[in-house]
Amino acid sequence: MTSLSKPSSPTDEHTSDTPDDADAVAVASTAPVSGGIVRYTRTYLQRVRGGDMGSLPAATGLVILIILFSIVQETFAGLYNFGNLLTEGAGPILLAMGLVFVLLLGEIDLSAGYAAGVCAAVMVRLTSGYGSPWPVSIGAAIVTGVIIGFVIGWLRAKVRIPSFVVTLAFFLAFQGVMLYIVNNGKGQHGDIGMTDKVQLAFENSQMPVWMGWAFGIVFVAGYAVAKVLGRISRMRQKLAAEPLSVIAVKVGALAIGVLLAVYALNKNRALHTKPILTNVNGKLQFVKPPAVQGVPWVVLVIAGFFVLWTFLLARTRYGRHVYAVGGNEEAARRAGIPVDRIRISVFVLCSGMAAVGGIMIGSNVSSVSVANYGGNTLLLAVGAAVIGGTSLFGGKGKMIDALVGGAVVEVIQNGMSDLVKGTNSSAVQYVITGLVLLLAAAVDALSRRRAGASGLG
Amino acid sequence: MADVPTLELHNINKSFGPVHVLHDVDFEAHAGEVTALVGDNGAGKSTLVKCISGTYSIDSGEYLFEGKKVHVHSPRDASALGIEIVYQDLALCDNLDIVENMFLGRERTKGLVLDESSMEQAAQETLSSLAVRTVRSVRQRVASLSGGQRQTVAIAKAVLWNSKVVVLDEPTAALGVAQTAQVLSLVRRLADRGLAVVLISHNMNDVLEVADRIAVLHLGQMAAQVARKDTNQQMLVELITTGRQGVDGPAAAPSANEVTA
Repeated sequence: MTSLSKPSSPTDEHTSDTPDDADAVAVASTAPVSGGIVRYTRTYLQRVRGGDMGSLPAATGLVILIILFSIVQETFAGLYNFGNLLTEGAGPILLAMGLVFVLLLGEIDLSAGYAAGVCAAVMVRLTSGYGSPWPVSIGAAIVTGVIIGFVIGWLRAKVRIPSFVVTLAFFLAFQGVMLYIVNNGKGQHGDIGMTDKVQLAFENSQMPVWMGWAFGIVFVAGYAVAKVLGRISRMRQKLAAEPLSVIAVKVGALAIGVLLAVYALNKNRALHTKPILTNVNGKLQFVKPPAVQGVPWVVLVIAGFFVLWTFLLARTRYGRHVYAVGGNEEAARRAGIPVDRIRISVFVLCSGMAAVGGIMIGSNVSSVSVANYGGNTLLLAVGAAVIGGTSLFGGKGKMIDALVGGAVVEVIQNGMSDLVKGTNSSAVQYVITGLVLLLAAAVDALSRRRAGASGLG
Repeated sequence: MADVPTLELHNINKSFGPVHVLHDVDFEAHAGEVTALVGDNGAGKSTLVKCISGTYSIDSGEYLFEGKKVHVHSPRDASALGIEIVYQDLALCDNLDIVENMFLGRERTKGLVLDESSMEQAAQETLSSLAVRTVRSVRQRVASLSGGQRQTVAIAKAVLWNSKVVVLDEPTAALGVAQTAQVLSLVRRLADRGLAVVLISHNMNDVLEVADRIAVLHLGQMAAQVARKDTNQQMLVELITTGRQGVDGPAAAPSANEVTA
């Protein structure tokens, strides 16, 4: 990063005494800018023009894709598919959340997909084969993930094998480990069906309607409270604080988005609503099919981890150190930051999140088999983080990138799946997904160049 | 200031295998003074600094801090004493802002949460106490700063942490004329605040402009440690290149290209 931005230094010096200096400073600022909503918007636009785009390209792309698929494919915009998008996208999004930590250090974890598979296999083998209660087997899966992450991190930080190589090795090895677990031990072999109600519930059951509303309201209220408290704290120190109008707009926008989503999910989205002739206790009767309504439980899992990791990255000393090591490892070391420990910890978080994602992938298809964790699982998750705006070069990225990028990837996967009929459907889907990832990486590289020139890093 | 030097080294020796880099080096830095450390490439300046900072441990010799004998074996020992090194290749993170960089590794927290407001306040106060006007917002990302501004931030970091000794490694090497002047005046203000400042520089003009005392290393030996007022550019150049004062001695006529402060 240093080498990229250094050539820009002389130009900065020239601008530093011009009248619009205040604006230039505001653009490069990481803290709220005083003034009204107009100034705020202007600064934001300048920042985007300067190359600091965050998830904006991904969010724009998401909107365009949704509009596009809604027009060309009638089933896409339906309520049923909306629920589907959330449950299908959950696994990759959770994987991508873990990968954000690793990418922030400029590292990569190619093994996360099969690590997710190994963890899910451990879980399902324990419950379906040995009858362990669900908290034990889920705990075992996550502990497995943590151990995997520790080993990868240790090999990277202490033995100094590049993470690409370490995780490529584990990508191959874990495929074997997973195969072994699904083909040995008590219970089914090969494709192991999930039997535990709680494990199935993540992806296949919904919150009660009232709870969905409560969850939505708590989420929005929490955001509002955090924003207002931040403002009060800054005002108390007589520092420039985010204007109330901006906070109001942000909270309002979030409230509309979240509550609309909750409203949509709380409607019955079952594909068949007409009564069906069914055999009830030996008599044929017309029975209404069960309603599918409510926010899927997995949304709570995603929201919980999203809030937790956002807090960790943005508000704690640990998060600051992750950014510092990603930005300039040598500077971090000289500042007394335990660089190796930070490096190991991000791999632990990544593989731990892979375990969570792996459980959700299994829950989505109600079984665990090697096929569901190989293929593109990992690459789509990395793609999600990068499309969302996390840099592959380290030091830049946020947890929201995993959400927005994951949504883009899922919308493409889902929208393309029925779009092109016939034998070439998946061929086209692969090509399009690849092109979108390429586009995202190009935006990343170009915005870095721009940010280097405008000092936005 | 006829007091005990803040930092005092006696008979320091340091070898790397068969290569004897520092021979019985004496060095001292006084509070309220800028001590320049000059010498040609390979004279041992960097090694001496690394011995001061604890990056290298000394083979033999005495390390005194405020008159007391101390053992410095790691950079942490040095910073615990209050010795801050500002490296040439600026240890700043481009992706973080000024406040975040100044508090890096020593963040203030309230419970689990970073206390951003109080850190921002303190960074702001430190910069204004040093009369730094070139930096407009302490929330600017370091990537947006010029070389001089970066150097300022790195130096201000030392002040923020109430260091007693600040060692500056070639602070003006990559800077233009105006920026150099800014950084040198900042160096002067550091000394005026009562810190012992050690300035390592290749630039004789800078050294003569800002230093109170000049130490010259030549081939791993301390050739001379002289007061600024007793020396001039020609004498310094001779000391640096030959390790001795020329036959003409300090009374030699000032050379045409001499620049005095």
